[in-house]
Amino acid sequence: MKRSIPLLITAVGGFVLIAAYFIPFTQGWGETVAVWFDVLASIAFILGGGNLLKIHLKKVSDRVSGWGYSLIVLGAFLITILVGLSKVGVPPSEQYPAFAWSGYYSDVGTPFWFFYEYAFQPLTATMFAMLAFYIASAAFRAFRAKNLEASLLLGTAFIILLGRTFAGVALTSWIPEDSVFAGLRVENLTVYIMSVFNTVGNRAIMIGIALGIVSVSLKVLLGVDRSYMGKE
Amino acid sequence: MAGFLVGQWWLVIVVILTLVPLARLIARLGLFAALISLDRRWIFLIMLWSVLVPIYYIGVTGYTFPEVPSALAQATYDEIEALDAGDRLLLSFDFDPASEGELGPMATAFVRHAAERRLRMYFIALWPVGLQMIDETIARVIARDFPQLVYGEDYVNLGFKSGGEAVIKVIVTNLRELYTTDSRGTAISDIPMMEGIENIQQMDLVLNVSAGYPGTKEWVQYAVTPYPERIRLVAGATGVQAPLLYPYIPRQLPGLLGAIKGAAEYEKLVTDAYGGTDPDPAYLEGLRRMGPQLVAHLLIIALIVVANALFFLDREASR
Amino acid sequence: MRRFITRACLCLLCFLASVPGWGQDALPVPPTALIAADHPWDNGTQIDLEWTLSADDAALLGYLVRRRAVDEPDFTRVDLVAPGTGAFTVTELNPSASYLFEVAAVSQANVESEPAATTTPLAPAMEWFDGTRLWFLVTLVMFSGAVAGFIVLARRGTPLKVRKIPGLEAVDEAVGRATEMGRSCLFVPGIQDMNDIQTIAGLTILSRVAGTAAEYGARIEVPTTRSLVMTAARETVEASFLAAGRPDAFNPDAIYYVTDEQFGYVAYVQGMMVRDRPAACFYMGAFFAESLILAEMGNSIGAIQVAGTAQPAQLPFFVAACDYTLIGEEFFAASAYLSGEPDQLGSLKGQDVGKLIVAAGIVTGAAGATLAVLTGSPFIQSLVDFFTERMLT
Repeated sequence: MKRSIPLLITAVGGFVLIAAYFIPFTQGWGETVAVWFDVLASIAFILGGGNLLKIHLKKVSDRVSGWGYSLIVLGAFLITILVGLSKVGVPPSEQYPAFAWSGYYSDVGTPFWFFYEYAFQPLTATMFAMLAFYIASAAFRAFRAKNLEASLLLGTAFIILLGRTFAGVALTSWIPEDSVFAGLRVENLTVYIMSVFNTVGNRAIMIGIALGIVSVSLKVLLGVDRSYMGKE
Repeated sequence: MAGFLVGQWWLVIVVILTLVPLARLIARLGLFAALISLDRRWIFLIMLWSVLVPIYYIGVTGYTFPEVPSALAQATYDEIEALDAGDRLLLSFDFDPASEGELGPMATAFVRHAAERRLRMYFIALWPVGLQMIDETIARVIARDFPQLVYGEDYVNLGFKSGGEAVIKVIVTNLRELYTTDSRGTAISDIPMMEGIENIQQMDLVLNVSAGYPGTKEWVQYAVTPYPERIRLVAGATGVQAPLLYPYIPRQLPGLLGAIKGAAEYEKLVTDAYGGTDPDPAYLEGLRRMGPQLVAHLLIIALIVVANALFFLDREASR
Repeated sequence: MRRFITRACLCLLCFLASVPGWGQDALPVPPTALIAADHPWDNGTQIDLEWTLSADDAALLGYLVRRRAVDEPDFTRVDLVAPGTGAFTVTELNPSASYLFEVAAVSQANVESEPAATTTPLAPAMEWFDGTRLWFLVTLVMFSGAVAGFIVLARRGTPLKVRKIPGLEAVDEAVGRATEMGRSCLFVPGIQDMNDIQTIAGLTILSRVAGTAAEYGARIEVPTTRSLVMTAARETVEASFLAAGRPDAFNPDAIYYVTDEQFGYVAYVQGMMVRDRPAACFYMGAFFAESLILAEMGNSIGAIQVAGTAQPAQLPFFVAACDYTLIGEEFFAASAYLSGEPDQLGSLKGQDVGKLIVAAGIVTGAAGATLAVLTGSPFIQSLVDFFTERMLT
């Protein structure tokens, strides 16, 4: 029963929505269900937030190693929620000056905007910037010309790396633009590689992925694959 | 360059001092042995200097590398340039602070170009923090250099709506079903430039700045593909995303800017047309960021070459 | 005399006013033969209009289309259509109402002609099948039929051969290694929510990995970015531990929510990897920019890493940094492969048939398009157009 009802809901819901796609009257059902999902996911924030509080409160109370960081997480979480929800320091909007909470929660100069501008934004940008370092270490460690395919890959990588910069363009700028060999200019080679070879490879992978999605979806809807509910 | 090195002698000393331990390691173990067991933190340090020194150099000297716009950047520019004053431009900012490095200059250049053309700009966001990106771009461009543009008449910020591609699917036929107010809570009916706007098919051009999902791919799939005659789309995307969008060029996506290179090329076009002889540095950010990109790319090429040399030497030695 | 002069002036003014170009803008010639017809294959909200162009078409601003429901007093404006256009589809109609339409030519000076109008009210009809999606339905039936057909064949005992997928062969090895070293297994089910098929595929693999971990007595940790994924993952892991006969070993706190924010999540996971040093890392789901950060960090702590994703942009990063990578459909095949059940293996064969169909389509289309260009044959071109614009949309 515990497994049958979810399987039934999955099967009925899935096939009804597939059929709905082809019937003009019901074509909007898919978007409606997507909105229901958004509502569910929003309510589930409470679950996630509760779990976060529970885990970190436990770490603090048990004084496990690194409990100070959990204290920081809890503090940041609660302060951000409080400041955002209660619109601390947000002046009323110009259209509705009589209502204290009519202002925009992240107006420039408000505490919430301050958190966003001077904490959140630099932190996420920093994390993203770490990619530059990791790509360098990955390049040093992993890009070896072990065989023909790897060598071709490396050659292509050199062309693209150079083609995206001024140095590469300068390297082949001596080739006349209107000559037969203009295609060998590195910026033209880059465009050719991206629009032909790269596109072909991407399309092939995307076709395989699409077929894989059809297969997995069908297995889940038919109840053939129930492992997402746990191994039996 | 020599003048910069002499003038910033302290930077040169700092860089050398930080690399001295590496030099001593090489001297002690030998080049081959030191490199083959190199701690990745040395690579991180070299990458740091590869990015930091050019940024500093460009900041001090103001020098930027010349850019030759590619065909795609030109096509993107031409799409916006072909619009007349008063035409409607929908701008969807689907990125966050993490990708601001690549997409921020693009967004700035797009808004500047639109403002110079006196287009009516309708801003939306499919990412929650896209709203902040819109606010910042408006503050950086419109409020600063185009104060004569009036909110509600020349540009409007409709804000963020959750739902990803579901939002696109709805607004292609009925914008007002989802957007009843702008981002500040003003009713749509009170905004002059929203009069008569029922859906985005009435926009003369859709412009998307995208860092992932939902992004340009969803705009192509759910806006352009069902209405190819009525919706025209150009986009700017991160370097990682851009290859996935090439299959859509040119029919569904006439113009695409890829990564900071695309942003720099587009900036060049806009600055040449509207920047005058002494362009405002605020609109040259993409061009400035090409400096560190060049050095970092050369470093990666060097690392690959060195690593492969070590690989082949090691293979020979073990035979 | 004065009265005569006044009347004469009035007559002259009236005459001048009626002469085109003398004191008023001329009326454009109206369009004619306006026909309204139900738009086929829709949900009953559209009507197609067709009219004969005005004789002044070249000089017009456009054609103004108006509609009126029979119970409304006035016509309402629908749209201004460009000159040279003799057709328009009116949308957002009410299927239970009947409508009349009129189309007027509008000059550059914004003067409207007499409108061409329909005289018989027409109600849009809703069809029960969207014919524009017929070929999509045919394709869907073909692919789904192939998958379902092979599942049935497999159930009947037909032996099916599936090639080895090294990444999946390595799951047992990776979990075993973690057990021997006394360290945990880290499983990252992607950063998207449960409405993404990649997350569901990731959870199907999680059930296998959790089952193996339960059998070996290894710890498994699953940080998630979405609350719903946390809930689903908990159910999955609990059921796997139960099936392995180790319900006591299940720790619900090992599956927890971190944050929805992409880089906040990866910052946490990075720190956790450095502190806890898991011996086996599994990245199975939808990833974006954080893929390289996770994979490189796992490499730096010496973990064995198996990744799988259907994000083509992230595959190169995983391939470069992980020990094994499941590329695209290998990732979706993982659950079937790991289970070894004939039903599920049959579905893999069905996927292969789908690929054959696609390959045949590519070869046919490319050959046809090439022939059309080489021969200039309108017939071949029409076939190619039918293939690309009807069957493939």
